[in-house]
Amino acid sequence: MVRVLKLELRGITKRFGTLLANDHIDVVVEPGQIHCLLGENGAGKSTLMNVLYGLYEPSEGEILIDGKAVSFRGPGDAMAAGIGMVHQHFMLVPVFTVAENVALGAEPTKAAGFLNLDETRRRIKEISDQYGFDVDPDALVEDLPVGVQQRVEIIKALVRNAKVLILDEPTAVLTPQETDELLDIMRQLKSGGTSIVFISHKLREVKEVSDTITVIRRGKVVGEASPTAPTAELASMMVGRAVSLNLDKAPAQPKEKTFEVRDLTVIAPSGHHVVDGLSFDIARGEIVAVAGVQGNGQTELTEAILGLQDRVSGSITLDGKELLGRSVKEVLNAGVGFVPEDRKVDGLVGTFSVAENLVLDLYDKPPFAKGISMSPAKILENAKARIGEFDVRTPSAVAAAGTLSGGNQQKVVMARELSRPLRLFIASQPTRGVDVGSIEFLHRRIVAERDQGTPVMIISTELDEVMELADRIAVIYKGKLVGIVPAGTGRDVLGLMMAGIPPEEHTPVPQPGPASTAAATSSTSDAEGGDHV
Amino acid sequence: MSTTVSSPRPGKPQPDSTASDTGPATISTKPVTWRTPVLLTFFGLIALVFFGLLAPNQTASFGISTGEDFFQLPALQVNAFAGGIVLSVLLLGLAGYAVYLKTKGRPAPGWLTVTFIVLFVAAFLIWVVGGARTPNISLAGLIAGSVTLAVPLVFGSLSGVLCERVGVVNIAIEGQLLGGAFTAAIVASMTQNPFIGLAAAAVAGAVVSMVLALFSIKYLVNQIIVGVVLNVLVSGVTGFLFSTVMQANKAQFNSPPGLDIIEIPVLSSIPIVGPILFRQSLVGYLMYIAVLVVWVGLFKTRWGLRVRAVGEHPQAADTLGINVNATRFWNVTLGGAVAGIGGSFFTLVAIDSFTKEISGGRGFIALAALIFGRWNPIGAFFAALLFGFADNLQSIVTIIGTPVPSQFMAMLPYLVTVLAVAGLVGRSRGPAASGIPYVKG
Repeated sequence: MVRVLKLELRGITKRFGTLLANDHIDVVVEPGQIHCLLGENGAGKSTLMNVLYGLYEPSEGEILIDGKAVSFRGPGDAMAAGIGMVHQHFMLVPVFTVAENVALGAEPTKAAGFLNLDETRRRIKEISDQYGFDVDPDALVEDLPVGVQQRVEIIKALVRNAKVLILDEPTAVLTPQETDELLDIMRQLKSGGTSIVFISHKLREVKEVSDTITVIRRGKVVGEASPTAPTAELASMMVGRAVSLNLDKAPAQPKEKTFEVRDLTVIAPSGHHVVDGLSFDIARGEIVAVAGVQGNGQTELTEAILGLQDRVSGSITLDGKELLGRSVKEVLNAGVGFVPEDRKVDGLVGTFSVAENLVLDLYDKPPFAKGISMSPAKILENAKARIGEFDVRTPSAVAAAGTLSGGNQQKVVMARELSRPLRLFIASQPTRGVDVGSIEFLHRRIVAERDQGTPVMIISTELDEVMELADRIAVIYKGKLVGIVPAGTGRDVLGLMMAGIPPEEHTPVPQPGPASTAAATSSTSDAEGGDHV
Repeated sequence: MSTTVSSPRPGKPQPDSTASDTGPATISTKPVTWRTPVLLTFFGLIALVFFGLLAPNQTASFGISTGEDFFQLPALQVNAFAGGIVLSVLLLGLAGYAVYLKTKGRPAPGWLTVTFIVLFVAAFLIWVVGGARTPNISLAGLIAGSVTLAVPLVFGSLSGVLCERVGVVNIAIEGQLLGGAFTAAIVASMTQNPFIGLAAAAVAGAVVSMVLALFSIKYLVNQIIVGVVLNVLVSGVTGFLFSTVMQANKAQFNSPPGLDIIEIPVLSSIPIVGPILFRQSLVGYLMYIAVLVVWVGLFKTRWGLRVRAVGEHPQAADTLGINVNATRFWNVTLGGAVAGIGGSFFTLVAIDSFTKEISGGRGFIALAALIFGRWNPIGAFFAALLFGFADNLQSIVTIIGTPVPSQFMAMLPYLVTVLAVAGLVGRSRGPAASGIPYVKG
């Protein structure tokens, strides 16, 4: 049944204008293997795969299948050659059913082009049963959890008889449990004869499942590695220098609690309670990380604190003053520093200079402004100081912020927010899309802010980051608080919490710290879990 | 009408309905607002005061049969005062039920709103006709006339459906209608053949659409701006040619032979239904066919699945080997041809010559019908029919002479448009990628 297929990329080069995204990359994917492409965000992994999948045309180089050179003029050709791809951002039409999504592009039809979706349903059931997917062909995709949507994507590829399956950062949107399930599915697919190209920058997963690892850095292959190689070695290959993976931070010394959220509820325009009765507090000098899978109310929570949400109830107090119902400006003036989750949309004005971006929230205050005029000299002076302090790699202080790399953009945002005395610091996804070297730096700055006695709230979907930074971890699921646990809580416990299961229902919390006692003893059910901390 | 389901952005976890989500705490429903009950009560009171208490004590008569029918049904006779009171009490009853439901935390069901609208229109009709100098109208004529007036609107909104479903906003419907009307007139006059005129109208609409497609798909110009500019351009060009060419030689260039009404024997004599379905011009029959073909095509065929995918999520379609921009181009062109045929109705069926701005803004009403009809060919058809009804009603009512000044009646179709588009039936959701150009990578 299985036709094995050997895939070879030879000297693939892809330029976008002057930018060299892939520089003579050679990769050989042996049949029936899980081949990992390891590299940081922006290293060129996705570009390479889009070339392989026929979405981009390579500037140079060739693709060989079973030793024969092929050229793909579009994804249709790649699929016909047995290559399937699951994109990082799913390519599913949300308002279509599973069957319609699977059929699209290769529709079984009756006479005159009429759809024959029964045929597709049968195939979905077949594959579903074979791999234990449990996918309903008639469910609307937008109603499905992300993990199931991903299975639909895999089914899409398998229906087209994919022999090589490309998975582009497949675990980014999954809970740890879903990730484990996906790794199992990958092993099953492999034993069924499908080769897998697994793109990731998460070392733990890569080591667990790969047969071969190719490390890519700045568009070049820097070497092959074995999955048994030590983590530190893989990390330094990926980054290009030795990195310390552990942030050795001093234990927190929490003082009085100055930031309190009580029964916060945010209602979306659709009527959903996207944040539902959330209560927690943060003391001066401690970092509370809000963990959870993407889209469980984190965005709305930070927006509510900032004053960007309209339909809000409950209370948010900072230093005893109510923040709810205030304008954004008043909230910022109360001493809230905020790093938004998407720096390109909310954090920076890409066409403004670095210097201007560094005073976006201070431009109207002295010393940067006098009356109605601004003082460019002071702004520039400030920029030079911040650039030095945060080690922002920029051609100059007047370069457009949009031209910097992700890590340096994030440093600009962080530098701006930390450049004034704060009473509360909120950072949402502080290191998303940031290179490992910058991550280390940004993490140290966050800890330094904590040590100055500022309450710090981190929102992150990366469990590693949460575990590294947090003094306490608040897990939210569907807008509700599942529980607050101390730092050092195990990955398994956190993973289950991120799926909505409170800690006391699976394993005893290792050693309940002072803060989590209430959560560990009083909440008894999912519905109640969010109310008391 | 279905309620709009909230759609969280793709890529986010959705509340999974399969898991243990039975507890009341985890299910979040759309909060019931006071909007509907309050609106219904308001309109119910208006009905009671104007259509009931202030109604003249005169009998309104609605003719149901026309002389050509098989059998004659007696005309409906209603005393305006009594009818108004009865209907407005019913309306207030419905409003009261909606209020009751709201206090129980439940939303007003769809049938309630629809029934309310139907009864309100009936009360309005009785009041208007009852107050007229000659208080009788032909109901059959009213409805048949509505369909006739709706023909260009239906074609226009079908054109909108074809374009928006594939992700291109077609503001140029007006220009396509006008271009079709002009071309049909001049070509039919020169060839003395209305069928060639009809075909030429389709080509003219397609050409206007191709310009829209070219600029919005290939050159990524803002689709709204291209559409608006096209409307102005077509209006200018046809206006210029009308005053220079057509006026100069009316006999040769502006006296198209019309398309005759084709009566289907026997069937056309069924009361009410007969004239609507079986006493139409060729363009009228084409309208019914087009609505059905587009609906079946969009929802039952491979072509339709691809079209909808391109309009909802072009990247997804692209990764499955569908050529997004070609699909868009040809659909927009097809949409233009459909609108062009609609335009020919003005010069080949309704009036037998072209005049400046003959489409009179109906392209924009068609756009409203498209939204009101929720981007569905059948929905758009009924929405267009509603606007046609309002249009026809105002002209009939003006003829029979009512207490309402005719200027106010002339506002009726547009008032209905505004109310409809302002979300009378709830928020509607168009194709997700509509208006967004697709650039690879």
